Amino acid sequence: MLSIYCPYCNEMRDEEEFSYSGEAHIKRPEKPLELTDEQWGQYLFFRKNPSTLHAEMWNHSSGCRQYFNVVRDMQSYKITETYPIAQFPESLDISE
Amino acid sequence: MRRLNTNIINAVNSHENSITVNFKFNGKIYKGHKGESLASALIANDIAIVGRSFKFSRPRGIVGHWSEEPNAIVQVGSGAGTVPNLKATQVELYEGLEAKSVNGWPNVNFDLMSISGFFERLMPAGFYYKTFMYPRKFWKTYEKYIRKAAGLGKVPSEPDPDFYEKLNHHCDILVVGAGPSGMLAALQAGRAGARVIIADDQSEIGGSLLYSNSKIKKMSGYAWAKSIENEIRSFKNITVISRCTVFGYYDHNFLTMIERCTDHQSLTSDLGPRQRLHRVRAQSVILATGAFERPLVFANNDLPRIMLASSVSAYINRYAVTPGEKLVVCTNNDNAYKTAFDWKSLINDHVTIIDTRRAVQSEVIERAKAMRIKIIHGHGVIEARGRTRVKSVLVAPLCMSGKEIIGEATEIYCDVVATSGGWSAAVHLSSQTGVKPVWDNEILSFRPGQAVQSQKSVGACNGSFELKECIEDGISVGASEAKRLGFESGKPKQKIDLPETKDEHPTQEVFCLPHFKPLSRAPKQFVDQQLDVTAGSIELAAREGFESVEHVKRYTALGFGTDQGKLSNVNGMAILANALGKSIAETGTTMFRPAYTPTTFGAIAGREVKKLFDPKRYTPMHDWHLENTVEFENVGQWKRPWYFPKSGETMEQSVRRECVAVRNSLGILDASTLGKIDVQGKDAKEFLNRVYTNNFDTLNPGKCRYGLMLKEDGMIFDDGVCACISKDHYLIHTTTGGAANVLAWLELWKQTEWPDLDVFLTSVTDAWATATISGPNSRKLIQKVCSDIDFNNDNFKHMEWKQGLIAGIEARIFRVSFTGELSFEINVPSNFGLYIWNKLIETGAEFDITPYGTESMHILRAEKGFIIVGQDTDGSMSPMDMGMDWIVKSKKDYSFLGERSLIRADIVREDRKQFVGLRTLNDKQVLPEGSQIVRSKKQTIPIQMEGHVTSSYFSACLGHPIALAMIKNGHQRMGEIVYSPQSDGSVIELRIVNPVFYDPKGERQYV
Ligand SMILES: [Zn+2]
Repeated sequence: MLSIYCPYCNEMRDEEEFSYSGEAHIKRPEKPLELTDEQWGQYLFFRKNPSTLHAEMWNHSSGCRQYFNVVRDMQSYKITETYPIAQFPESLDISE
Repeated sequence: MRRLNTNIINAVNSHENSITVNFKFNGKIYKGHKGESLASALIANDIAIVGRSFKFSRPRGIVGHWSEEPNAIVQVGSGAGTVPNLKATQVELYEGLEAKSVNGWPNVNFDLMSISGFFERLMPAGFYYKTFMYPRKFWKTYEKYIRKAAGLGKVPSEPDPDFYEKLNHHCDILVVGAGPSGMLAALQAGRAGARVIIADDQSEIGGSLLYSNSKIKKMSGYAWAKSIENEIRSFKNITVISRCTVFGYYDHNFLTMIERCTDHQSLTSDLGPRQRLHRVRAQSVILATGAFERPLVFANNDLPRIMLASSVSAYINRYAVTPGEKLVVCTNNDNAYKTAFDWKSLINDHVTIIDTRRAVQSEVIERAKAMRIKIIHGHGVIEARGRTRVKSVLVAPLCMSGKEIIGEATEIYCDVVATSGGWSAAVHLSSQTGVKPVWDNEILSFRPGQAVQSQKSVGACNGSFELKECIEDGISVGASEAKRLGFESGKPKQKIDLPETKDEHPTQEVFCLPHFKPLSRAPKQFVDQQLDVTAGSIELAAREGFESVEHVKRYTALGFGTDQGKLSNVNGMAILANALGKSIAETGTTMFRPAYTPTTFGAIAGREVKKLFDPKRYTPMHDWHLENTVEFENVGQWKRPWYFPKSGETMEQSVRRECVAVRNSLGILDASTLGKIDVQGKDAKEFLNRVYTNNFDTLNPGKCRYGLMLKEDGMIFDDGVCACISKDHYLIHTTTGGAANVLAWLELWKQTEWPDLDVFLTSVTDAWATATISGPNSRKLIQKVCSDIDFNNDNFKHMEWKQGLIAGIEARIFRVSFTGELSFEINVPSNFGLYIWNKLIETGAEFDITPYGTESMHILRAEKGFIIVGQDTDGSMSPMDMGMDWIVKSKKDYSFLGERSLIRADIVREDRKQFVGLRTLNDKQVLPEGSQIVRSKKQTIPIQMEGHVTSSYFSACLGHPIALAMIKNGHQRMGEIVYSPQSDGSVIELRIVNPVFYDPKGERQYV
């Protein structure tokens, strides 16, 4: 069971208080209706599947109910950092 | 009796403190000593056969002395508290204990299946896989015998009479195992001030020192361990938990362990929880789980009284019992010599050591010579003989490598064989964290791989098999881990006495001894005794093309027993590697998964059973429902009235009565469970526009609107009525089951994409009680209880809401309808729910007000073709699929969630399944829900599926069955006849119709 630092509660809490919410930093396109099916499909269905560090969104669902981001190693499950929505990670370049 | 007349200091059975108890084994009463293991008591009573083997039904005896035991598996107790699959080596004896062998039919001493013998020919490697592929007739004939043979114990048929509990811990350092290295690690960390938990699975801490008669300085190993234990227990910051098995090691140093609190007292004692599950989060974990001795594999090595050398010593030193009178030690290493010393000094002179190694020099060998113990070097035991227990062994000279026989064999008579093929580090827990063990050819054992968590392995589980090394390892790692976590010892470090280093001669790389005949034809050489896996079957698997260890394990069942192959894994891999012509390192290893040893479900469930298994949610009107006859339906955690039977009514009868009452006069429904989310803020309207498909710009205070929410893929996610309370204030209703998900979904968008919107979301489901009155007389009723609202149809229209006083209580009244009849949903603060409900029932008596439940609600809405999200939809239906194009309104400013998906090529294609009604041609037949729809009565394979039935009922109001379905291109197929094949072979004929069966123009709700 993961031990996760909630950046809002400022505490380490057990995984069972949280729920997973998929890949982080996926921005909704500004003008969806102007996109091709393929472009919309990219936003809708395609997700990264790295074997190393990955930025993901979690919700402190049985706590403060805030969504926040986590950078986690997909092999060792080690969490390198957690940070609020709208901030960027230090341990991972998410620009590509 | 085979008890030793001795005063060995570490003996549980020493004369001063032994209490005699009676116990029953396979129906006979014996005497034993309280607190010794059942296995020890069986040995003391000279019982050699403790079970029959799993596949071949061969007689089997005790091999080990702890969790590695493959054979002595017993069922303890009877009735509700009986426990299957315990190892006799781990069961502590108490007065009245009853145990039975789990394998052995009809009994362990006389076994039908081994006489018939054909089972041996019948069950080669991969037996189960092969059998299922061969004629079924064969399987049917033998199935009942095989099933009988295959079962391991019986589960009790009654509820568990015991209770269990859970404890959560946080600590700086968790030490797993209280052998020499674990004790010292805990002591050093504790001295430095760290909060330490040390857990050990035995009744007494000390590990290998409990069983050996080693010396540390002038002290016995046992006395030395006791002195360390005393110091450990003097620290308040060290928690010692005995009889506690760490069985799971999970992410981020989270470990689970089971403490057996009362199992050693009796199975149904009232002394407290039977077992306790500890959930530990540790900053650092020090694994000191020790090692298992490996048996040598040779022909007939499964005969009773062929045991691990260390276990023979354990029975002598700790339990003061002897398994026999004449010992042969069969070894490839120095360590097993200690067993010969124990035997010679405490039992008798009849001991012979057969060492596969050529004459070698080492301290123990010198000592053996000095003690005049007979040693035969360069020889191996190649076969054991005997029927029900070992009578003799064949000993043959071996070549340098130990792989071939180079001369005549001689027979040596004995009644106990102590075998040792070296030691295997217990790498199970570190492996559970995802770390692959690494083979080390120097020590002929796996070692833990590079740790991914904050974890250290010390002592034997890290491949240090020598006592002095183990102690030093524990001291240094305990101190360094404490220091790493910021603890520095202020106190001077007390000196710890260390044993002397011994010169050892290395273990020879021998796992399976040769025989005159090839593996496949020699008498069976067992690798995994619990599952009857032989060296021959592993070789056969290799011949049949299995190369991966994981595949061979599954094919042969190697290591799949309740002992998880603690004794067999390494031998099995060595034999496989040999057969494949590879090294063990190349052949690889398998991963270990939790649980390390079998774990009771009771402890995992803890107190979360019966009433506490899952919370129940009750509506404010629950007491009224209970006082009147009601059947409940579980909707999520809610208890909702399903139907209200009058005396003598069947469910069908009461549901018909309820439906007819709503259509003809007046019904009342407890709708309090409906999800309610309060939405407030300057941007509340904009927020709703973005999450619903409808346009909310035109929704003014006092108005209600039915809304649909989509996921971004365009599929229907939830629906419900949204009411505008005031300009910046809305109340949205969700489905009962979807309430929590909808709130999380709305919060997700608010927090991540639209943090700039001024909007606040609050769940108010539990704050309001809702009574829905429905039927032509509902206006008359509400007029009687509420005088400050004008209910005239022109003043209070369908899809409007008003605030008023009902029986003195502030209420929100919504004129919305889920039945198609004139309806009012009356919402009052929860605490007044029951009061208002009673008022409505009382006042409605003159209209014969009829309470109805969810079943009638489902039928009434189905008659109107109203969907239930989650029943008629399954997350793959768009609004168009449901014929709800009218609800999708594009808004200029912001493209609502899911809008873009509605024009994806796949969503607009014509042959998607669409929502329709179905009428059976025969008016008596009610279609089963979930039925498949096909185009033709004469289907040819592959059958083309046209759709499926989502809802189906008998409509009392219409006098015929109705069904709702999803059918390919259904909207264009009105009137078409389709078919539904049933499991009984019959085919139901159907006509596709409009899903609105009742009042198709929708006039009744507007009256
Ligand atoms: Zn939080």
